[in-house]
Amino acid sequence: MTELFLIAEIGGRAVAIAADQVESVVDIGVVTPVPRADPRVKGLAALRSRVVTVINSCVALGLPCPGDAARRAVITPIDGHPYAMLVEGVEDVAAYEVQPLTSGVALSAGWKSVATSVIEHRGEPALVVDLRALVPGLAAAA
Amino acid sequence: MDDLLQEFIAETRETLEALSGEIVAWEADPANRDRLDAIFRFVHTVKGSCGFLELPRLERLSHAAEDVLSAVRTGERIPDRPLVNAVLAIVDRIGEIVEAIDSGQALGDSGEDLLIAALDGSVEIASDTFVAPHPTTISRATTRSVRLSVDLLDRMMSGMSDMVLARNELARRLRDDSDPDPLVEASLERLSLTVAEMRDTVTRTRMQKIDALFSALPRMVRDTAASLGKSVSLSIEGADVELDREMIEMMRDPLSHIVRNALDHGIETPAERRAAGKRENGRLTVSARQSGNQIIIEFQDDGRGIDTAKLVRRLVENGARSERELRELTERQRLDLVFEPGLTTKDEVTSVSGRGVGMDVVRANIEQIGGRIELANSPGRGLRIAIHVPLTLSIISTIVVGVGDQRFAVPRQAIEEIVTVRAAGAVRIDRLGDAPIATVRDRRLPLLALGEVLGLADDHDDQVETLVIVGVSGGAYAIAVDSVLDNEELVIKPAPPAVMATGVYAGLTLPDSGTPMLLIDCAGLADAAGFVFSRDLAANDDEAGGKAEGVPNQPALLFLDLDGARRVVPLAAIDRVEPVAIDAIHHTGGRLRLSIDGGMIPLAAQGGLDRRHEIHIIRLRDGTHEIGYAIAEALDIVDLPLAMVAAREAGPVAGVIAIGDDQIEMLDVHWLFADQIDAAVSQRDALCLVTGREAAWMTTFLRPVVERAGYRVVTSLGPGEVAAAVLAMDDDPPSEHLPAPLVRLSRRRDGEPDAIYRYDRERLLGALAACRTEACA
Repeated sequence: MTELFLIAEIGGRAVAIAADQVESVVDIGVVTPVPRADPRVKGLAALRSRVVTVINSCVALGLPCPGDAARRAVITPIDGHPYAMLVEGVEDVAAYEVQPLTSGVALSAGWKSVATSVIEHRGEPALVVDLRALVPGLAAAA
Repeated sequence: MDDLLQEFIAETRETLEALSGEIVAWEADPANRDRLDAIFRFVHTVKGSCGFLELPRLERLSHAAEDVLSAVRTGERIPDRPLVNAVLAIVDRIGEIVEAIDSGQALGDSGEDLLIAALDGSVEIASDTFVAPHPTTISRATTRSVRLSVDLLDRMMSGMSDMVLARNELARRLRDDSDPDPLVEASLERLSLTVAEMRDTVTRTRMQKIDALFSALPRMVRDTAASLGKSVSLSIEGADVELDREMIEMMRDPLSHIVRNALDHGIETPAERRAAGKRENGRLTVSARQSGNQIIIEFQDDGRGIDTAKLVRRLVENGARSERELRELTERQRLDLVFEPGLTTKDEVTSVSGRGVGMDVVRANIEQIGGRIELANSPGRGLRIAIHVPLTLSIISTIVVGVGDQRFAVPRQAIEEIVTVRAAGAVRIDRLGDAPIATVRDRRLPLLALGEVLGLADDHDDQVETLVIVGVSGGAYAIAVDSVLDNEELVIKPAPPAVMATGVYAGLTLPDSGTPMLLIDCAGLADAAGFVFSRDLAANDDEAGGKAEGVPNQPALLFLDLDGARRVVPLAAIDRVEPVAIDAIHHTGGRLRLSIDGGMIPLAAQGGLDRRHEIHIIRLRDGTHEIGYAIAEALDIVDLPLAMVAAREAGPVAGVIAIGDDQIEMLDVHWLFADQIDAAVSQRDALCLVTGREAAWMTTFLRPVVERAGYRVVTSLGPGEVAAAVLAMDDDPPSEHLPAPLVRLSRRRDGEPDAIYRYDRERLLGALAACRTEACA
């Protein structure tokens, strides 16, 4: 069974995001920090007339962040609120065959919570991540 | 009224359209509970609206249909085909009548009895007789209003915001231009004006004064109360609070349900109220206010409250819950049982309420808009229902403050004042232990630096310049900010959970600058800073303010009197100050009297009561007696200076004192009591016992005379009571054990010498007065 995925780069790794989670890919402008919030929340940004919550995807995955370079973000609506997931780059959208997680592979805690399956992209395996799992403060996925 | 009718028509028409699918589905599957409930709610709503719009025909039809559907819901009747047909015929008929009302055409009521008769199965309606309405006779009137989906308004609103941002961008570009074209500038100016106007209009499409909800209440309360044989006075407060249009719509049904419940279940009949020692007139207060990030709509009645024991009994009878399970509930949980579906504590069903549609539906509606409902029950004394709906999507007035290079909005309503530290001496900042404290005009307030709490200030800078003093429940505190920037009306939107989890924000907003901004939740911020407010702390505040010097000051209440003068009265003489309705005051028996708490107290006033609806009463108490003093309003608590210039004549004013530069008159409390307390009232302790065969005559004829002499007339002595005088006729058999000096009365002027002719008022009064001084014959 093949599905559409967006291939993006987070913390230097290629990941696949299910296309139905992606509303758009945009460049984020000024980010207003939210003091006292979870470190995964980078802040708020205006996207046309909407306010989006910017999520530091690399922090959420426990990866080293590439500084302030990441301006590009994947917009996804979750529970009525729009979120912007910072990514370092996006490649393309294509249909891939979904494979189960390779058994026996030990993922770090950050990845374990977000990875749902594996796809093969240009001959290399890439993890499929659930964007919902990157957002702090949500009720467990129904 | 016309507006209400129009709204009712539009609403019913809309619901009918939405319901048509449900009707077909119910017809196909009469056992389906959801469909049944939808139709039931429809007729229930129609019935409710008809009640106060005075549409008896519709009310009759919907009431009949509701009865049957209610029976189906409880399982008393089976939804067989004739029943379904009959109900559907009624629903169709309701639609026809509504169209007829709208277009102003007459519609004969022939056949309606038949429709109602069909409900109990005595007549059957063929399923094809009702489906064909009369399309030729009823034509739809042209509508004067359009009902829009809120979604469309939302899109309009967000389009508007985009437009503002684009305008700002354009203006910025133009400013950067070194040599701008004046024509382009003029065009931009015009664009800006238009955009601003548009924005106002679009914003207004979403907002509505809550008055739109409240305006229907007086009529509804009047009619409902009348139909129940009760008398209820309604007072409405805060009708100008603005609320999102959508929320207003969502609140409409819950509001009328709650009000009707309060009248039907809460407030007792006049007879019951008299027996319970309450005034016959029930009271219902509906108020709306904004509190922090919520709008609170409160319903307070002075009825019987909720009998939780009865609730439990009902649920056990219904078999809905097991008795053991219910017994284990706390009082609060029991109170929450009113939200159980299908519950009623009413013993009989009335046309007003009592079918168990109500609180469960009310709660569902309110929770749907992210609100919550709270009950405060005082059995026997009333019920308070508070509905909290979120402020989100509401426009609120805020003050924008700057900390570091970030801005935050603070709800204006929470702000008591903003002070600058540099202002000479009025504000001081100290450290109490390691806690910073701000002293503003002798008032000590805990202080927090916004930058520190939010982790924005890098260098620890004690140089505080501006303090924003905010009030939270239980107290107030000061927030140190770097700057106060602006005063803006903002559309507040809900923040995502990750942001709300911090507990210090109430929402977010996108101001014209195009940079998102967070709205501070003042109560949450106090929690984050570890401030704990309790009543004791607030009391300390007052004390701290009063003990400036060594001399104990006498505090006094400064108030505005009815004649417009400002006067003071010592605080120690005051029992309390409370508002009363003007109709509780009457001029009876030669003086003003106030009916309050089931009794009567004499009332003093300087100035007229005319043209006022409500006044305040200072209740003064000397330990034994109580009098009232009517004032316009209480102003302040002041410290009395020691010096007073006495008034030239004794009267309600004792003298004049100086407070600041003002000359203020001080009330003479002693004179007021001396003037107001009836001699008779003060000496009522003395009892006059009437005995003998003419006791009845004496009670009737002599009572006013005897009472004037300072006695209370009794026909027998209660335990522990001692009579001061005994009245008897001269031909009554003399009693051996007289409890008090005897005054004998004679029927004839020439009776026995020691008896007083019974119409000789002077001598009688003299004899009675003599008894008081123990010199009785």
